[in-house]
Amino acid sequence: MVQQDLLTEEIIWKALQEVKDPEIPPVSMVEMGMIHKVSIENGNVAVQVLPTFVGCPALDIMRKAIVQQVQAVDSVQKVTVDFIFEPAWSSDRISEQGREKLREFGIAPPPLHHKAGELWKVDCPYCGSPYTTMDNLFGPAACRSILYCKHCKNPFEALKPI
Amino acid sequence: MVEGIRIATAEEAKGNEQYLTALQELLFQLADDDFVLAHRGSEWLGLAPHIEEDVAFSSISQDTMGHSVMFYEMLEELGAGRADDLAHLRSPDEFRNAILVERANGEGHYMEDPQYDWAYAIVRFYLYELFKLVRLESLHRSSYQPLAVIAKKMMTELRYHLYHWQVWMEHLANGSEESHKRMEQALEKVWTDVADLYTFGPKGKEMVRFGLIEGEELLAQRWLEKARQALESYGFTWLGKPEPMQSSGRAGQHTGDMARAVATLSEVYRLDPAANW
Repeated sequence: MVQQDLLTEEIIWKALQEVKDPEIPPVSMVEMGMIHKVSIENGNVAVQVLPTFVGCPALDIMRKAIVQQVQAVDSVQKVTVDFIFEPAWSSDRISEQGREKLREFGIAPPPLHHKAGELWKVDCPYCGSPYTTMDNLFGPAACRSILYCKHCKNPFEALKPI
Repeated sequence: MVEGIRIATAEEAKGNEQYLTALQELLFQLADDDFVLAHRGSEWLGLAPHIEEDVAFSSISQDTMGHSVMFYEMLEELGAGRADDLAHLRSPDEFRNAILVERANGEGHYMEDPQYDWAYAIVRFYLYELFKLVRLESLHRSSYQPLAVIAKKMMTELRYHLYHWQVWMEHLANGSEESHKRMEQALEKVWTDVADLYTFGPKGKEMVRFGLIEGEELLAQRWLEKARQALESYGFTWLGKPEPMQSSGRAGQHTGDMARAVATLSEVYRLDPAANW
């Protein structure tokens, strides 16, 4: 009994902090706002995850990474990962820390409180200039776009606001 | 519509046989439309007009394929069989996709001498995704809650697909006389198949009765209004309401293109169901 009491949600959240976005290694899934809920029952841990894009091909990799990380925590018996769509993930869920790390990685974070249907203004993550142009709405992943900074002449990516 | 019907889980849906049958039929249409069109999109890889477009088109196709996976997984939950098997082991006449999405990209084969038609690709994807938006808006009010939830999420992604196709529509409609003419030809070709999109097939009445989706005519109207506005803004002559089709993919009637697509899609899975990639 005593041993099981040691296992807390806080410990699991801390472990999840080490699970990185497979395509953006400096940023964790927690910082991306993708972990909705953690619950523990008799040493069995259930993690609810909100996918960024429904069609994201990285979901399976994420599931494995979460299971591997949480399974390594003391007293954890079984780990289940469920992808859920209610509430829907929104780019507003990315934490301030996550946004800063995205910028450092060269990806412009999405604007907060974006309204569907409006085009968004993107500042260059390298030099901060607003003098940028959209090269391609779809980058190497569906969730990202490719832009070009006319000020510092760097191409860069931006996460789409959704 | 049956007033106030609301089904929260797969288990609950399984408790009503008529409801279940109609729901499964609808999900097959949704899954198969996305699955087959995503395949057609993927055949363009390396052949799009420039490398940036290759990247964009592949992302869109992958996302669309992901949507079909969601629908197949919902079918699996409803006891229709394993999602992978549903995608790979059915015969062509068991597919419920519209004929529009199965048409080959053009003459030739992607491995050898592909004479693909870019104008057709743009017009087909644009009009299909425009219809998909109308359909998802309706599904967002579906009596089957898991479907309503996922529809809302997919809509946010679909808007980006549409932005992308709109840029191409604008570009090719106003590019040159040649591009405009080719787009008109593509439009005429798409128009002969397009009515199949808003046909719900033999179980259509039950789908509407159970509040799974709104009626064919309603969806057709909404889509036609959007399509007319857009096409006229690009300077195309409105072709009028599309003729109903002689045979329908919703009833399992398909073309030879479909049989070849299914053979290609399922080749690896049939050889080795445990293959991993």
